[in-house]
Amino acid sequence: MLNLLNMINIIYNDVPTPYSCYFQDSATPNQEGILELHDNIMFYLFIILGLVSWMLFNIVRTYTKNPMAYKYIKHGQTIEILWTILPAVILLIIAFPSFILLYLCDEVISPAMTIKAIGYQWYWKYEYSDFINDNGETIEFESYVIPDDLLEEGQLRLLDTDTSIMVPVDTHIRFVVTAADVIHDFCIPSLGIKVDANPGRLNQVSALIQREGVFYGQCSELCGINHCAMPIKVEAVSLPKFLEWLNDQ
Amino acid sequence: MSDKTESPLHTVGFDARFPQQNQTKHCWQAYVDYHKCINIKGEDFAPCKVFWKTYSALCPVDWVEKWDEQRANGTFAGDVNP
Ligand SMILES: [Cu+2]
Repeated sequence: MLNLLNMINIIYNDVPTPYSCYFQDSATPNQEGILELHDNIMFYLFIILGLVSWMLFNIVRTYTKNPMAYKYIKHGQTIEILWTILPAVILLIIAFPSFILLYLCDEVISPAMTIKAIGYQWYWKYEYSDFINDNGETIEFESYVIPDDLLEEGQLRLLDTDTSIMVPVDTHIRFVVTAADVIHDFCIPSLGIKVDANPGRLNQVSALIQREGVFYGQCSELCGINHCAMPIKVEAVSLPKFLEWLNDQ
Repeated sequence: MSDKTESPLHTVGFDARFPQQNQTKHCWQAYVDYHKCINIKGEDFAPCKVFWKTYSALCPVDWVEKWDEQRANGTFAGDVNP
């Protein structure tokens, strides 16, 4: 039975699905941390929600005989101390892991390759400038959405693109994100990446993809009429396969 | 990652002057440093290569083209004279 469950489990969800109410499956330590933090905060949120609704319900139910709703109370030292200290402690418990994660995700210490993502109205352009051929030319290509009428069976509407970012797995990748016209936003949920693409500014984020797969993202800053039609498609492959692809470029 | 075999991938690493997410100055400084370097030491001076690697890894190709053009016109904002 457990084996069967495992077999079902190997299909990871790397795309948005209809009516889904949780995250896509993570592929990087960063996204793993984000999920962990989300679940952690939700734990406290549910405790607070439970406590508050329990109190409200009880006050409404037994109004006259309820010590929590004593009508003529003017001053209560103990309760005031409690309702100041307790929320402060809860906020601290939430804030510390949040800051740790925030600054951990910010670190780009020793990347093995750099990929530039440049937002245009309305497509992305990628540059792999670590690799430069003898003529001084680098790998650069544009990535357009596949229009609805050209979609092939199995392709995802407004998510699949003609060219995709190829990356090796288990490699520290630095994305340098910028834009050429208006503000765009480079976002791949499975990798835990969301960073604004500002004209005239270079933002860096890192990703360490831990499994092979195809990851999808969308421009996440309203950038004009075709904002919906500039998706991001990342293909994570093994290092030898990636090098093979590099040679073909 | 863990094994010590030589990786075919290399890129510009961490620079303590630019620890932020914003790498604009990192790119700019490398571009200025490179052209200052070759103006002093000449095109073939090997240590200048590191600046070239840095700016070509970080700067978008369009930016480099624009700056090259500005240098040719003498309107470049950075100080690249020896
Ligand atoms: Cu956009």
